Amino acid sequence: MTSATLHFDREVMNLLHASEGKPLSRCIQCAACAAACPVVDFMDHTPRLLIAMINADEKDEVMASNTFWTCASCFACSEKCPEGIRPAEVMYALKRYSIWKNQFQDGMVGPDFSRRFVRTILRNGKSYEPGYAPAFIWEGGFTGAVREVQIALKLLRRGRLPLIPSRIKRIENLRRMVGRIMPLEGME
Amino acid sequence: MNKTYAYYPGCSVEAIAASYHVSTMEVAHKLGIELAEIDDWNCCGATAYAHVDELLANVLSARNLALAETEGRADLVAPCSACFKNLYFANEHMLNDADLMEHMNYALEEDDLHYSGTVNVHHLLEFFVNEVGLDAIREKATDRLEGLRIAPYYGCQIVRPRKKGQVMADIEAPHFFEDLVEAIGADVADFTHRLQCCGASLVITNRKAALAMLREILESAVAAEADVIATACPLCQVNLEVYQSEVNHEYNTDFQMPVVYFTQLMGLAFGSKPKKVALGKEVVPVAKGLARKSE
Repeated sequence: MTSATLHFDREVMNLLHASEGKPLSRCIQCAACAAACPVVDFMDHTPRLLIAMINADEKDEVMASNTFWTCASCFACSEKCPEGIRPAEVMYALKRYSIWKNQFQDGMVGPDFSRRFVRTILRNGKSYEPGYAPAFIWEGGFTGAVREVQIALKLLRRGRLPLIPSRIKRIENLRRMVGRIMPLEGME
Repeated sequence: MNKTYAYYPGCSVEAIAASYHVSTMEVAHKLGIELAEIDDWNCCGATAYAHVDELLANVLSARNLALAETEGRADLVAPCSACFKNLYFANEHMLNDADLMEHMNYALEEDDLHYSGTVNVHHLLEFFVNEVGLDAIREKATDRLEGLRIAPYYGCQIVRPRKKGQVMADIEAPHFFEDLVEAIGADVADFTHRLQCCGASLVITNRKAALAMLREILESAVAAEADVIATACPLCQVNLEVYQSEVNHEYNTDFQMPVVYFTQLMGLAFGSKPKKVALGKEVVPVAKGLARKSE
């Protein structure tokens, strides 16, 4: 069976191997998730509505929404759902789908940020903020960029910015480990 | 206590949150606890790895757990809430899913490692409260922080998602952080947003949303007349402290709320000099009252 013949809620659930959440078909549209969400005001669709859209197989509309890339992974919704659905995990599944299909709303920073982060870890085994953060410095325009530099300088003066990336000793082993999960070429 | 615990520092404490690491070591030393840094640990993957693939995210934690197990440690302690969450749930998933465990071990072969699932994962804050105990902490608190009003900020991933055996009250009404604040002699600033999200990486990917979230938390701490917010996570600390100026800029507010790690406050209560708990690297200066307490 190809993915094109799968109902979208199955595709989403298939990206949730380890989650113990209940199927989206159990959603009763009570909006407990939306009420618990601290960032709902910045979403195109509330988590409740997004789940309804998935269940209605409105794949294109869902993928065009900023909702899942606006999720901060605070898991408040997952703890509130009376039906045992884990909306935060569903947002993760949609992010995976979005990166896999390279399909997301114009202007979303999240996918690029996640990819850059993944590449940094594949290179060093550890995170290195100055390696990927500057790519996003222009998000707030010129004055925003000036403010970003000011913040960086404040941190630098206090010894809170790493000057050189730290690297784990067995980075080559880690890379081969990751290669057993997913081809490295696709991520670098 | 002679037991040695595996310590997983996490990437942030190497620079931006170095004061968390320094104060953790100081406090552990005073309590007579040995935290041994895991040799050659790697990044936990933060949220970004799970945004790409679940197995990919789990394999990073599997390596850290296997390293701790190989070093003979039964317990692993992580100071960062995001690292803790990733390590804890990767462990749980592997224990509950033999196929996943096998898959992870297949990948671990590349680093001559194997994981059999014997490590318990703790967040540093819960480790101090539950494993070391409030009595031991109270006993060491010779310089009790009398009169200081601390807002204990839990954030998210230390309490959510819920862990094995937990009930709703553990998620919605935790009090272990408040208990710790009281054990070091300070007053609890009971604020409404103690469990609300700091915005995490939205500070990079959706700045406006993150600033709105930060503003609410800061407002809530001010309303509770807090002198200082105590955090238990580098990301929460950086967002609340370093981006406070951006909240002020965006909303024309004038927040000047110090935000420090709970271990720094514990250290002061234990009689450590401010330098020993790495105070002085703040962007928002700690209140004079707080500095005076330790002189």
